[in-house]
Amino acid sequence: MIIYGTALLATCHLLGIFLGDLLGQALGVKTNVGGVGIAMLLLIAARLFMQRREILPKLTELGVEYWGALYIPVVVAMAAQQDMVAALRGGPVAVLSAVTAVAVCAGVISAINRSERREEDPAPVPVLHDNPLLAEAE
Amino acid sequence: MLDILEKAALHNGLVAAFALVGVIVLLSGQISRRLTFGRVHGSAIAIVIGLALAYWGGKVSGGHKGLADLSLFGGIGLMGGAMLRDFAIVATAFEVQATEARKAGLVGAVSLLLGTVLPFIVGACVARAFGYSDAVSMTTIGAGAVTYIVGPVTGAAIGASPDVMALSIATGLVKAIIVMVGTPIAARFLVLRTPRSAMVFGGLAGTVSGVSAGLAATDRKLVPYGALVATFHTGLGCLMGPSVLFFATKALIA
Repeated sequence: MIIYGTALLATCHLLGIFLGDLLGQALGVKTNVGGVGIAMLLLIAARLFMQRREILPKLTELGVEYWGALYIPVVVAMAAQQDMVAALRGGPVAVLSAVTAVAVCAGVISAINRSERREEDPAPVPVLHDNPLLAEAE
Repeated sequence: MLDILEKAALHNGLVAAFALVGVIVLLSGQISRRLTFGRVHGSAIAIVIGLALAYWGGKVSGGHKGLADLSLFGGIGLMGGAMLRDFAIVATAFEVQATEARKAGLVGAVSLLLGTVLPFIVGACVARAFGYSDAVSMTTIGAGAVTYIVGPVTGAAIGASPDVMALSIATGLVKAIIVMVGTPIAARFLVLRTPRSAMVFGGLAGTVSGVSAGLAATDRKLVPYGALVATFHTGLGCLMGPSVLFFATKALIA
């Protein structure tokens, strides 16, 4: 049943957000700490566990993968509701600090990634599953 | 006729948003293929179109949520809102190779820390250069350079003035937009090829919206790795901003 996959995803999502809120409260911050990241880890663990016990049929997988494939359209919708007007009105302080911060970080990213030893070159493409939904999304 | 059509779209906001985004993605796919011969990724063009529509919507409505403030496009707010965005991000984790993610765990954590501290320092210094020389304003604007959520959360915690808060949010927004648009352009310079490099990118570039859109427009396969790290960014920033970073700033300028 395809709903099992979506329900698994939803459960991991809710549990992750819940744990993130708990963590935030424990640390005394008024916000969620890494809830989505925790949810992702839960889903990875659930997948490994279910695959090992062979209780992960293709249809269940599709219930998760559909949402993964919808990711880019969702991001486009997210872009369409950014507060562009405020961002552009921020003036030189906002623009200058944002540009400089991005430039500094880009330099560091580039430096760290260049230091990655290249065991295999070209880097192997991470093996995806044979899911046409995701092949489309790329 | 037009009234009925408008009513149908109004009452089925999310469905209308699916249709609209579908058209945008279709259009950008064509532009990518016909005008740039595949050199510019279709997703990148779609995101830029989205941002342009957001600007237009913001101008027309005078609101803060871009296109979603026009009632006809209200569904965009749901489709691109935090709930569905996070749902889709979590779903991408299904493709993560656990071994790859574990291998890059430490370097991911280091970049997460650097990605919080470096933008903060830069933001605080720029703020000071422009005459915001008190610790509260410097910290708030510096925190805005981390993400546009960390900025106002920090500012509220340490009691910043509303205009400084607005400036801090604007800084974070500009950063998110630069990352969204700039990542595919700078992908070669950033050496964005492996899961590990995507995790480094997610930690350092910060903002979830920027990272997720930037990676989507670069290489869909890298998205889950970058997002996995980036989602801890706001939490870490909100933790460090009003505490460690604020005290450090105060100590340094006193």
